[in-house]
Amino acid sequence: MEINKDLILQMYDRMMEIRKFEERAMDLFTRDKIRGSMHLYIGEEAVATGVCFALNKDDYIVSTHRGHGHCLAKGARIDLTMAELLGKATGYCKGKGGSMHIADLETGNLGANGIVGGGLPIAVGAALSARLQKNNKVAVAFFGDGASNQGTFHESMNLASAWKLPVLFVCENNLYGITVPFSEASAIKDVAVRARAYNMPSVIIDGNDVLEVYKTAKEAVEKLRKGEGPMLIEAKTYRHMGHYTGDPQIYRTKEEVEEWKKKDPIKRLRCYILENNIATEEELAVREKRVDDVIDQAEQFALNSPEPDAADLLNDVFA
Amino acid sequence: MRSILYVEAVREAIREEMLRDEKVFVMGEDVALHGGIFGATKGLFQEFGGERVRNTPISESAIIGSAIGAAVTGMRPIAELMYVDFVCVAMDQIVNQAAKLRYMFGGKAKLPMVIRTQQGGGRGNAAQHSQSLEAWFMHTPGLKVVMPSTPYDAKGLLKTAIRDDNPVLFLEHKLLYWMKGEVPEEEYTIPFGKADIKRQGTDVTIVALAMMVPKALEAAEILAKKGISVEIVDPRTLVPLDKETILESVKKTGRVVVAHEANKVCGVGAEISAMIMEEAFDYLDAPVMRVAGMNVPVPYNKKLEDICLPQVQDIVTCVEKLLG
Ligand SMILES: Cc1ncc(C[n+]2csc(CCOP(=O)(O)OP(=O)(O)O)c2C)c(N)n1
Repeated sequence: MEINKDLILQMYDRMMEIRKFEERAMDLFTRDKIRGSMHLYIGEEAVATGVCFALNKDDYIVSTHRGHGHCLAKGARIDLTMAELLGKATGYCKGKGGSMHIADLETGNLGANGIVGGGLPIAVGAALSARLQKNNKVAVAFFGDGASNQGTFHESMNLASAWKLPVLFVCENNLYGITVPFSEASAIKDVAVRARAYNMPSVIIDGNDVLEVYKTAKEAVEKLRKGEGPMLIEAKTYRHMGHYTGDPQIYRTKEEVEEWKKKDPIKRLRCYILENNIATEEELAVREKRVDDVIDQAEQFALNSPEPDAADLLNDVFA
Repeated sequence: MRSILYVEAVREAIREEMLRDEKVFVMGEDVALHGGIFGATKGLFQEFGGERVRNTPISESAIIGSAIGAAVTGMRPIAELMYVDFVCVAMDQIVNQAAKLRYMFGGKAKLPMVIRTQQGGGRGNAAQHSQSLEAWFMHTPGLKVVMPSTPYDAKGLLKTAIRDDNPVLFLEHKLLYWMKGEVPEEEYTIPFGKADIKRQGTDVTIVALAMMVPKALEAAEILAKKGISVEIVDPRTLVPLDKETILESVKKTGRVVVAHEANKVCGVGAEISAMIMEEAFDYLDAPVMRVAGMNVPVPYNKKLEDICLPQVQDIVTCVEKLLG
């Protein structure tokens, strides 16, 4: 599959946006502008970007507690996402959801989720709905290796496969569930083998290679739209930061983290772009500067936005 | 007497019981090397090893279900759920299995297991990580329910919970972990069903749960300056509930406020209030009032969260209204 150059540059921009968004969010968290707990996606940008670029705007995704990347990759506005992290009235959830619960129905994002494994059955339902409404949409369920030990994972895989629903299960295997290595919590090495139990095709890919992620997802989505049933992609990747901001990270070595930082998906795409003369250093610098400006503006927007009104506290419990 | 943190009191209770009885073991997410995300099991893995301090997969049904299986066959598991909100994933195992087995087996089974978890809001953790769910468990026959408000109570009650032959929901509060209090070095336990008078008073009784105890104590100070004498009763265990101590206090003051953080509708306050009405109506000089969370999922934004959850001032206002 040939990927056109413009698309590659757009993916580069998107990954940069996610990275710089996260770095700024971390900064705001340490400045006490963001409260609660926050889980950064730094190091995993290629998965959300590659998958979401293979989707249409009106396809669905369900996201995880580590959801900022999925949200932005699916096309959410950076400023409204930032405003939500700051709990502002202008945020995607009017300040009621925060980092772990951002949803944007306009871009098909059915929500980040504070409950590990909570989103998977919802993706199955969205795919069922697409089938019933014959609109040819697909649903992607993002989840971690840790979540694959929840009953919801198994129940969702089974139901989607039994009903041949257009669900793409995307496991972001970053090796750990908080402090517990996947190898300690599971008797298998790869999540992908579990698809077999549900008569579902699966594939293991390098989750730090956005081009491979994109190609795999693109092919999978085409099959899904043809009605061939669900599929599981296991993307091997790594989070550079702790599980949450403030994690002392005693469960993994500095060497391991350094090894994976060398495989940084953004650096990697940058090298690819330069080596294949898709853009020059100068052109990339201009693009990066644009992203910096966007992030600055988003931060200003969020900081200057009003707090929600006290009178809104009881609104929106029911429609 | 020495002062230690609430979280340290929890840890000491577990450690001492593990030393005392080799059937006691701990399991849960991240509880081993890391010592639990709130540090309640820190050091236990190093001391007792991986057989007795076990990391589990992120599989709450399996955590609770396997604790049930281990308990019914002779072990004494302490299962940690990271946040009480995650009981929803394991609710069948708690409600239909743990709470029912002994009864359905004609009294022939024992289930000596503790489900330890933390609940409550105030940290900006938003709606899926801030709930107070004690009413669900109190409403389910077959479960004991504990809600300690001080380090002293946490340690003594947890030791009792571990020695109890029934499933016990041990509900800590995430904001209490870093509060200090006096805890003796010597061994002690606190029996279930014994409320504690946290402050003596004559004008009004506040029955307060968990985090509402320190808030009620603060409110009592403010009210004392206005000449109002507040008595604070901390039930400590909801099942069994020490009706006697509550009723005695009601008879003394004639006015009651029940304060809990969970939202008001069908909360524990409704039960306690109805119990007082049924058993001490003649002693009441005013209707029982409730200070509770609002009937809404806990919002992320701090300003909204502060309004949603009951604060010291809400207690003060309620008491003043009651005394009219
Ligand atoms: C039902 C439930 N159990 C436990 C948690 C606490 N928790 C939050 S994130 C997490 C680890 C998730 O690991 P994984 O699915 O691999 O995703 P990753 O964090 O690695 O992206 C845990 C245990 C939770 N939020 N929900």
